[in-house]
Amino acid sequence: MTELLARQQSPATARVMVVWCPDWPVIAAMVEEGLPAQLPIAVVAHNQVFACSQAARTEGVRRGMRRRDAAASCPDLVLVDHNPDRDLRVFEDILSVVEEVSPGVAPIRPGLCALGVPSRYYGGEPQAAAVIAERLVSSGVWDCRIGIADGIFAAEQAARRAAPQDSCIIEPGGSAGFLSGLSIGVLEDAEMVSLLKRLGLRSLGDFAGLAPRDVLTRFGRDGAWHHRLARGLDNRSAAGRTPPPELDAYVDFSPPLEVMEPIVFSVRQTAERFVAELARLGLVSTTVRIEIVGDGSWNGSRRWAHPRWFGASDLVDRVHWQLQADPPPEPVTGVRLVPESVESMADQGEGLWGSAPDERIDRGVARLQSMLGHEAVLSPSLQGGRNPKDRQVGTPWGERADRLRRRRLPWPGSIPPPAPTRVFAEPRKAMVLGAEGQPVGVTPRGMVTTEPALFKTQESAELLRIEAWAGPWPIDELWWDPAHARQVARFQVVGIDGSAWLLVVEDNQWWAEAQYA
Amino acid sequence: MFDYGGVTVSSAPPRIKELQERVQRMQGTATSRPLETVPAFAGLIQLKTGATYGVDNPSLAMALMAGPSRAGAWSAVVGAADFGLEAAAELGVDLERTIVVPDPGEQWLSVVAGLIDVATVVVVKPPARVTEHQAARITSRLRQRDAVLIAWGEWPRSDARLTVQSSSWQGLGRGHGHLVGRQATVVVRRGAAPPREALMWLPGADQQITLVDSPLADVRAVRVS
Repeated sequence: MTELLARQQSPATARVMVVWCPDWPVIAAMVEEGLPAQLPIAVVAHNQVFACSQAARTEGVRRGMRRRDAAASCPDLVLVDHNPDRDLRVFEDILSVVEEVSPGVAPIRPGLCALGVPSRYYGGEPQAAAVIAERLVSSGVWDCRIGIADGIFAAEQAARRAAPQDSCIIEPGGSAGFLSGLSIGVLEDAEMVSLLKRLGLRSLGDFAGLAPRDVLTRFGRDGAWHHRLARGLDNRSAAGRTPPPELDAYVDFSPPLEVMEPIVFSVRQTAERFVAELARLGLVSTTVRIEIVGDGSWNGSRRWAHPRWFGASDLVDRVHWQLQADPPPEPVTGVRLVPESVESMADQGEGLWGSAPDERIDRGVARLQSMLGHEAVLSPSLQGGRNPKDRQVGTPWGERADRLRRRRLPWPGSIPPPAPTRVFAEPRKAMVLGAEGQPVGVTPRGMVTTEPALFKTQESAELLRIEAWAGPWPIDELWWDPAHARQVARFQVVGIDGSAWLLVVEDNQWWAEAQYA
Repeated sequence: MFDYGGVTVSSAPPRIKELQERVQRMQGTATSRPLETVPAFAGLIQLKTGATYGVDNPSLAMALMAGPSRAGAWSAVVGAADFGLEAAAELGVDLERTIVVPDPGEQWLSVVAGLIDVATVVVVKPPARVTEHQAARITSRLRQRDAVLIAWGEWPRSDARLTVQSSSWQGLGRGHGHLVGRQATVVVRRGAAPPREALMWLPGADQQITLVDSPLADVRAVRVS
């Protein structure tokens, strides 16, 4: 019994392995940007070098250097902005590689993770470390170092002292001895380190030699915590993480399919499973990426947003539309559904009496879309703009209208209400003449050259007398961009037949933009 | 045994009548129910489901759409790429409940039929001549689905035809001002019945459709009293 207790409390059961990938921000940038490893690379944050590659380090680039100094010391240095999200994203792949060897991996920060040592399975600690190092190297991370010790802190310090792709193992109970030889600078709290240095404590051993009670009274709880680390009494264990649920759904066709209908038909079941799996987790997906995988190298991917959330039949429709819009040039071996954004069902749920357009409308419109194509059926909305055509916008039914210009902003040059009832998609040619039949233009100072008296649009065969008119209302659009700059002037014109038009003149050419019919 | 006593269809409360109509519709015996109509049109026309109305002018199409749309019905616009959505919204069409198919192509008639299934008001600008046969098929669909069709253009055997006979725009001078509103004489022709007409603001300065209080009407009122 006592033997059993002793074994349970013995440090051997709490051995921790720490995997460290040095210069992680650089590795992550290399992976995502596709940069070759031998290039000198520096990751820059706040105008200072945050991390750099080995090649850059041999050229004299150091962490904390100013951007300009780094570029001066190594002219062909590749500078990449630091992106913590990217570090995390790429590190996720490393975590899943390590998880294949042993479950319960706890990420500490990007580039550093801890896990329990699977020594019994692999026949010893060095062997387990070797297996993990091998996996990581084969997945493309050639510089990984592993430390094994009694606590996370000691294991991390051991990993920092290991050679690339190798491990440094501190024997059970040897953590305190190992740590005592290290510089005080390895503690992470810079303020505390500076204070301890000024007190003449140069190594962790010196710090560990102080009485715990004195440290607590002098440095408070934080100090006591660092003191425990220095004494090798770090009793944190690698707690592990719950791997994120796998939400992607993939349907595999063997043999590959060439015709659209069977593909769409075969996707149905997977789509239902996809939606059911999300629903089981209390989630709904509002944006989905659909990847259609070809037999050879072709791969078609498209992102779809839903105004509410995707049901199984919505997904099947989207697959159908995507195949229609972008027909695969080769047989299709599979379709993957990736939820790009998921939201809690509670946030998206329908009101008890239904708050969304009812199913009947959606189904009817989906039928039309399968007949005409997805972009042919529009859901209209209004936005801000200067000319009537820009003020209205049609979004394909089933997509969210985003990036609308705000209507509340002042839009100089827009015409006061009422709005025209006919808005031409393309302006139609028109003609405006003075009383003697001379053409009417606008001077650079915004005056008409002569009073408009006659006009003609494509709707009428002959010239009509103008009963009333107003203008010119000049608009300088995008004057800062010479390629798109337009200098146009608008007129409202009413003919003697009672028809009212919105005309524009640009470079002495008249156009009808809209009609007040 | 099932003696309803004095309860007849005419004296039944409106709720029962509505339910009876619903049952009739489900049984396939088409009925027609009145739809909300913009107040200015009260003396001219009352929209009824199962009917087709011809208009010659987008403002009239919007005005007819606005009544049911305001009351919560869905509407659709087919084949009118130049339909001014902002003007429609100003006149009271709820764009949130509007489906637009600007370019239905060759299959426009089946698109109209498909939209009749889902929307209560369907506005169509026929890109080609409509035969009597096609019109009859659409009409039977309208009756079944309890919807109304507004044709911006020619439509054979429409129940009523609305036209703007004359219009005069206000607010524009010679070189100054801007369009504010217009007074239009709207004429409704319904089969062989004498045409009805009314002078209305289409739209007025407040972007609403209202009757013009014409001096003629005042005279008539005096005469009656």
